[in-house]
Amino acid sequence: MSALDKDTVKKIAFLSRLEVPEEKLEPIAQDLSKILDWVEQLSEVDTDGVEAMSSVAEMTLHWRKDEVTSGDQPDLVLKNAPDQDDHCYLVPKVVE
Amino acid sequence: MAYIIKGETGDWELVIGLEVHCQVVSNAKLFSGASTKFGAEPNHNVAFLDAGMPGMLPVINEKCIEQAVRTGLGLKAQINEYSEFSRKNYFYADLPLGYQISQFDKPIVGEGVMVLDLDGGETKEVGIERLHMEIDAGKSQHDQHPTKSYIDLNRAGVCLMEIVSKPEMSSPEEAGAYVRKLRSIVRYLGTCDGNMDEGSMRCDVNVSVRKVGETELRTRTETKNVNSVRFVMQAIEAEAARQVELYEDGGEVVQETRLFDPTKGETRSMRSKEHAHDYRYFPDPDLLPLILPEGYVENIRKTLPELPDEKKNRFINELGLSAYDASVLVAEKEKADFYEEVAKGRDGKLAANWVITNLFGALNKLGKGIDESPVSAENLGKLVELISNDTISGRIAKDVFEIMIETGDAPEKIVEEKGLKQITDTGAIEAAIDEIIAANQDKVEEIRAGKDKMLGWFVGQVMKATQGKANPGVVNKLLRDKIMG
Amino acid sequence: MTKLTNLTLASARDGLKAGEFSAVELTQAHIDAMAANKDLNAFITETPELALEQAAASDAKIKSGDAGAMEGLPIGMKDLFCTKDVRTTAASKILDNFIPPYESTVSGNLKKAGAVMLGKTNLDEFAMGSANITSAFGNVKNPWSADAGKDLVPGGSSGGSAAAVAGELCLAATGTDTGGSIRQPASFTGIVGLKPTYGRCSRWGVVAFASSLDQAGPMTKTVRDAAIMLQSMAGYDVHDSTSAPMDLPNFEAALTGDIKGLKIGIPKEYRVDGMPQEIIDLWKKGEDMLKDAGAEIVEVSLPHTKYALATYYIVAPAEASSNLARYDGVRYGHRAEGELKNLDDLYCKTRGQGFGDEVQRRIMIGTYVLSAGYYDAYYAKAQKIRTLISQDFKNAYESCDVILTPTCPSAAFGIGENEDDPVKMYLNDVFTVPTSLAGLPGISVPTGLSEGGLPLGLQLIGRAFDEETLLRTAGVLETAAGFTAKPKMLGA
Repeated sequence: MSALDKDTVKKIAFLSRLEVPEEKLEPIAQDLSKILDWVEQLSEVDTDGVEAMSSVAEMTLHWRKDEVTSGDQPDLVLKNAPDQDDHCYLVPKVVE
Repeated sequence: MAYIIKGETGDWELVIGLEVHCQVVSNAKLFSGASTKFGAEPNHNVAFLDAGMPGMLPVINEKCIEQAVRTGLGLKAQINEYSEFSRKNYFYADLPLGYQISQFDKPIVGEGVMVLDLDGGETKEVGIERLHMEIDAGKSQHDQHPTKSYIDLNRAGVCLMEIVSKPEMSSPEEAGAYVRKLRSIVRYLGTCDGNMDEGSMRCDVNVSVRKVGETELRTRTETKNVNSVRFVMQAIEAEAARQVELYEDGGEVVQETRLFDPTKGETRSMRSKEHAHDYRYFPDPDLLPLILPEGYVENIRKTLPELPDEKKNRFINELGLSAYDASVLVAEKEKADFYEEVAKGRDGKLAANWVITNLFGALNKLGKGIDESPVSAENLGKLVELISNDTISGRIAKDVFEIMIETGDAPEKIVEEKGLKQITDTGAIEAAIDEIIAANQDKVEEIRAGKDKMLGWFVGQVMKATQGKANPGVVNKLLRDKIMG
Repeated sequence: MTKLTNLTLASARDGLKAGEFSAVELTQAHIDAMAANKDLNAFITETPELALEQAAASDAKIKSGDAGAMEGLPIGMKDLFCTKDVRTTAASKILDNFIPPYESTVSGNLKKAGAVMLGKTNLDEFAMGSANITSAFGNVKNPWSADAGKDLVPGGSSGGSAAAVAGELCLAATGTDTGGSIRQPASFTGIVGLKPTYGRCSRWGVVAFASSLDQAGPMTKTVRDAAIMLQSMAGYDVHDSTSAPMDLPNFEAALTGDIKGLKIGIPKEYRVDGMPQEIIDLWKKGEDMLKDAGAEIVEVSLPHTKYALATYYIVAPAEASSNLARYDGVRYGHRAEGELKNLDDLYCKTRGQGFGDEVQRRIMIGTYVLSAGYYDAYYAKAQKIRTLISQDFKNAYESCDVILTPTCPSAAFGIGENEDDPVKMYLNDVFTVPTSLAGLPGISVPTGLSEGGLPLGLQLIGRAFDEETLLRTAGVLETAAGFTAKPKMLGA
């Protein structure tokens, strides 16, 4: 039983940057536990010596030339920005 | 040599490892076609991928692969023909994709080695752990608005090489030498411009301390984004001192990310980066494994320039330079090239003296780089030649050099115009000597009485009388003959 | 004269060529159908003006003789394809105001071929779902609902596309398939759905769900239409590193109707416990039809089938958790309103408000299986099993050319059913997921009706990049099955 507790859900939610209301933590914990329980069946498969799949496509990576083909389009890049000024995206101040 | 911190409870030594991010020289970014040019207007060098737009996909720039392999070869490192790109997942305002495309457990370059040039011509080998490729993040600016940060993604997606050393350095000096040497190598290779002011090279410094004699490593801290050799050294000093103090007060060092404050000369914790450090690396499914075709590495190897270490050895073995002089000359490719032109077909050691002592000294005073030298390598070479073939004395050469610095003129022209040719005609010198001896019989007696030093005074007088043009060797010999009999 | 909305791509193409009607008339007929059937909720964004403009341009091209392969044919575009200057939402609140400044390769290819886009079809949020109940823009209703006497799901995630084609609101539509999102809704709505080989259609400009699985494909009324549309969608794209650098065969020409001597594999492991008898019967019927057409039936073994679903539900959420990290309210899309204390607050609120429950659930599962200490047990393990599953298929294709299975374990179910338990919902994908994990092409062909009078499909699975044999076999199955039933709502 890979039961997740509320604290773990809280941690995962923050790692995922999702605000989860307190009252939803328990039902989510149950849902996630159910799913994890169910995928637990994979542990019975013997995968010794099996390579993890790195790509389903049996191809070689295409290398592109070192040419500038894009850019100088700040208006398009920022077209959908919720908050912008002076061709920059704005966010609440980051304090370092 | 060893750098030891003397504490109340005993002697402490340092264990230092460096992670240096080098911006790869390329026209376009690693996975997008946007320009890498420094100093563009905000968000002008941004492709839709760099802004993390939905559905945008990465396609690798072949130049960046080549540069990484070149650098790996320059570090005498293992080149991995199979490598993978992984995603390093975290959230930050200047990280548009929500992950950094990087290499994790299968980097393109494995173990290598770098030779540090230390004071007094000493050297030390430091292991390279790995080199991997990754994309840079954008830039946040915090001073334009009271409550908001401004995000510019021009740098987002630019190819970086992260070069990780083994924790094999034990003093700030060694760390400084490491950064200088790495910068030298990547500049020789043309893979990174090494410009720390523009952020083309940034260092993360891993420091731990331990009691002398301990074999286990203690907890280390990572001080991020230190952007000059001097700051690297200062940051290490400050951080090591802090750790020692902490231990001696009965505390413990916490593994954490820290920031160096150059104005205060201290490191401080970056608490904001602390919580939930879990990057969830996994192979990037948008990219296939990077496989170098057969012969690829060898073809690049063939195009490698002579690197500083080989050049240094050649200078020592073939040109007879001291290890120290050789390492000074090879530190920058431009300097080495300049020197080689000066020394070509001439006395290598003499040429080295002139380049290092006189030229570098003068440039230093002028605040100029070798590329702005008013004296061309050709002319400095000619000057060396004039000394070697006894046309002028070393002393006159210094005067000629002064004029060269001011005017940029060729030395033979200066010598000709000012009539500075050395007098080797013993008759002319003898006449001058006789005159001086006659006028200073008392001093002649002193010498004969055993006051050898006075001979130097006579040499000086003769040189003065001949406006420095007399060959000092001839003067010496004649004086001795005449005075001592 | 038949109604213009009754046509297929092929027949409409012929009609346009023969001048029987204009592209504008054809488009208008579908715009009218869309207006009359808003209750299906098949479209998130309708673009009738744009469509009529395109249709007029197509008419001009047809006249001047330089018509593209799909000139003037009105289609629906799953709202996962970024369309330049047309809102693209992925059925999520987090993108409800996003207007891409670029066109996806696939939608661009279709445009170039002359296809007329009627609008953006509804889907499960970020293509995560099997019932089209997770869309921020509401459920899609299956056109067969009236036949069942209750509101049915159209399947998912390409539920809007499936409903639009089955309800004759468009001649065809694009879909994307990650674990069955084209084939399962095709089966639920009685149409043809083709998921091509991974790498056949470019993913550039398609909002990503799980990058190693996502693949665009056609959803059409007939197998021939699937061939026609795939021809225009597919092709090598240098902007997608996982796109296959291969020339396209002529897919329509592959429909020879001749499968004599072809070996059809029946995987014994697909006879899962509790499979309804009507599905078993339909499968057997399909087997017989192909045998009657001259194919040879062979039993094959895909031993790791039973682990495919669990493997999928690790791999897909893991990739999704990372792919969806970019939706953070900084550069585009929804940003949480009100006082935001700091950057993390902005992220958490924006994403908490912007993503629906199922998407959040999968992001959290994905985050968890990738997190420190769990990676090897979950993600690495799943990718190893994926290798085994892929190997299973390779072995099977030693002794057969095409594999025949049911598309789904059931017919369309009612809206509100299967919602209590995420795992129960995931079981819908049991037959489609292995194909996705192995990157193979699969097609669902409507083959019969359930006891309740609802459509059921059979799935054919081909070798990698052998869509030709797949389509040829599907064509034969289609002809033999003679599926002509239409939902009651069409008044047929």
